Amino acid sequence: MIKFLLKGVFRDHHRSLFPAITVSIGVALTVFMTCYFSGFIGDMIDFNARFLTGHVRIMTRGYADNIDQMPNDYAMIGVDEILDNLHNRYPEMIFINRIKFGGLLDVADENGETKIQGPTIGIAADILSENSTELDRLNILKALIRGELPQNPGEILVSDDFAKKLEIVPGQEVTFLGSTMYGSMTMQNFTLSGTVKFGTPAMDRAAIIMDITDAQYALNMENATGEILGYFSDNIYNNPKAEQISGEFNAEFSDPDDEFSLTMSDLKHQSGLSDYVDYADHFIGIIIFVFIGAMSLVLWNSGLLGGLRRYGEIGVRLAIGEYKGHIYRSMIIESIGIGVIGSVFGTIIGLLFSYWMAVKGIDIGSMMKTSSIMFPSVIKATIVSHAYYIGFIPGLLATVIGTMLAGIGIYKRQTASLFKELET
Amino acid sequence: MENSKIISIEGLIKWFPIGGGKFTALNDINLTFGKGEFAGLVGPSGSGKTTLLNIIGSLDAPSEGKATVLGQSIGELSHKKAAKLRNEHLGFIFQTYNLLPVYSVYENVEFPLLLLGKNAEERKKAVMDALEWVGLTDKIKSRPAQLSGGECQRVAVARAMVKKPVIVLADEPTANLDAENSHNILQTMEKLNSELKTTFIFATHDEKVKKYLHRKVSLFDGKVSQDELVEKVGNG
Ligand SMILES: Nc1ncnc2c1ncn2[C@@H]1O[C@H](COP(=O)(O)OP(=O)(O)OP(=O)(O)O)[C@@H](O)[C@H]1O
Ligand SMILES: [Mg+2]
Repeated sequence: MIKFLLKGVFRDHHRSLFPAITVSIGVALTVFMTCYFSGFIGDMIDFNARFLTGHVRIMTRGYADNIDQMPNDYAMIGVDEILDNLHNRYPEMIFINRIKFGGLLDVADENGETKIQGPTIGIAADILSENSTELDRLNILKALIRGELPQNPGEILVSDDFAKKLEIVPGQEVTFLGSTMYGSMTMQNFTLSGTVKFGTPAMDRAAIIMDITDAQYALNMENATGEILGYFSDNIYNNPKAEQISGEFNAEFSDPDDEFSLTMSDLKHQSGLSDYVDYADHFIGIIIFVFIGAMSLVLWNSGLLGGLRRYGEIGVRLAIGEYKGHIYRSMIIESIGIGVIGSVFGTIIGLLFSYWMAVKGIDIGSMMKTSSIMFPSVIKATIVSHAYYIGFIPGLLATVIGTMLAGIGIYKRQTASLFKELET
Repeated sequence: MENSKIISIEGLIKWFPIGGGKFTALNDINLTFGKGEFAGLVGPSGSGKTTLLNIIGSLDAPSEGKATVLGQSIGELSHKKAAKLRNEHLGFIFQTYNLLPVYSVYENVEFPLLLLGKNAEERKKAVMDALEWVGLTDKIKSRPAQLSGGECQRVAVARAMVKKPVIVLADEPTANLDAENSHNILQTMEKLNSELKTTFIFATHDEKVKKYLHRKVSLFDGKVSQDELVEKVGNG
């Protein structure tokens, strides 16, 4: 009997091929969008962690309150000691200090007069010491477009676009103008060693990157820093752990009445990222929901059960002596079969497409020109583990719901009137 | 005259709701049919032939009165019981053949046996027998679309007969066939009626069919207007 029904399903392309293709398309899109969106969120979190927030970030309360202004007047003093303490307290984590600062980059003509000048955002990290992890973390070697990495104090990197705007090339001298952590004006000459492009609009517009020691010197921040970033040693963000650590840390050190007391915040709660992380979960849920709805309708109205053609078959089967419940059940089983086949193909197609997109990516940099959040400008898909099965949810639900909707038609009609439709 | 009454209908009324009111399609029908009859419901279009046939076939239920088929009261059967009755004891033949298009001739005829849960060996023998009765053993692999109308109706007859049902209900079986094919089909059914003692009940207004009937039940406006036994006329 089952074999007999299966033969029918496979011979009748309206019942098998068309619904299976519909399901495959929906499932492939679900899988792909899941991977792509996960890639997007994952890349975004990763970027933010590397460049901006760390997995946890330690600042003074005053600095944290005005973080957008990079207020180095609230810098923490005694970095070496703080770092030592952190290492002892959380041996499973890596802590590094960074300084962020604003200022102007000035290019002089041969007479020493300003030729071109532009506002810049500086990131200072440990890029000169031999066993530094920062070169990797900031992916600097890959980001290098022209010139080379700084080898000596006094050498900096500049965003490639910015360098073009300032009409400077590696080897040339530039002057940084800014303010020290005590608020007085500072002016420092640097040599451009190379230009970089990170692939995130926020970093590629007008950034300079220098060694932390240079920044400490230029900004009068000896043994001081704006931020300390902490990373899990496996480099994977673990939200519960990060929340736990920062909770503990703050309970012990953070004092609401002392602007210079230290505070630690985790990645998720910084820069509005928590919204994105939550949104990512919702978004995947919404995709699935939309596809279930849309595909159910398509399947209901198209091949699987709809149409008088199918009523005719049901009428005959009833007359021959199959009872309604049996027919209904066999149609549900048929739809599950189609759903599984469609989901398997759809998942394979979706994964292949995602894989291709994981390698290639889509460049959204131009859309994100003015973004201040850290968006990677090329978004690549990530094959997340749930992509292997997530498509089966809409794939199976849609076929079964589509069949059930159509099947209500059988139940609502009198047996005899199925024949009426059959005879016309 | 047959002695065992396998179908008895008493005070049967069937109405359909239309708009706010109801339309009475069958009005106070009293009839019995015995085993082995070759009877026909005749009458003008709209007189209620199909409606009555559907009730006998347990595809529809009486509004009032009683219809008993093989000891079972049609109005009181559950879907499942009615299906079982049809499956085990009734065969249907339709004007439009209603073969399943994706299945071969052989598979169409085999289908009722699969529902009955017969094993492969039994099925094969019964299907080949049935196809032999209708003279289609050379077309077992064909699909309905590859057959002529007459051939399709012969497949439908084989499908109705394959499980050797007690009763075969045929609604305008010749309406889509030419004269030659009509006679062909009717002769086949007449032969099965006399060899297997299957009861045949037709609904028809086809003169060709009427010539074969052993009993003519005339319906007019939902009522039995005449019920006559006919001398057998022989081959048409
Ligand atoms: N489901 C229904 N709802 C409403 N009226 C119906 C329904 N089925 C049948 N009728 C009406 O009942 C009457 C008898 O219909 P039936 O189909 O039994 O006629 P018939 O004798 O088979 O006619 P024909 O020779 O044209 O097939 C018709 O007037 C028809 O309109
Ligand atoms: Mg009729």
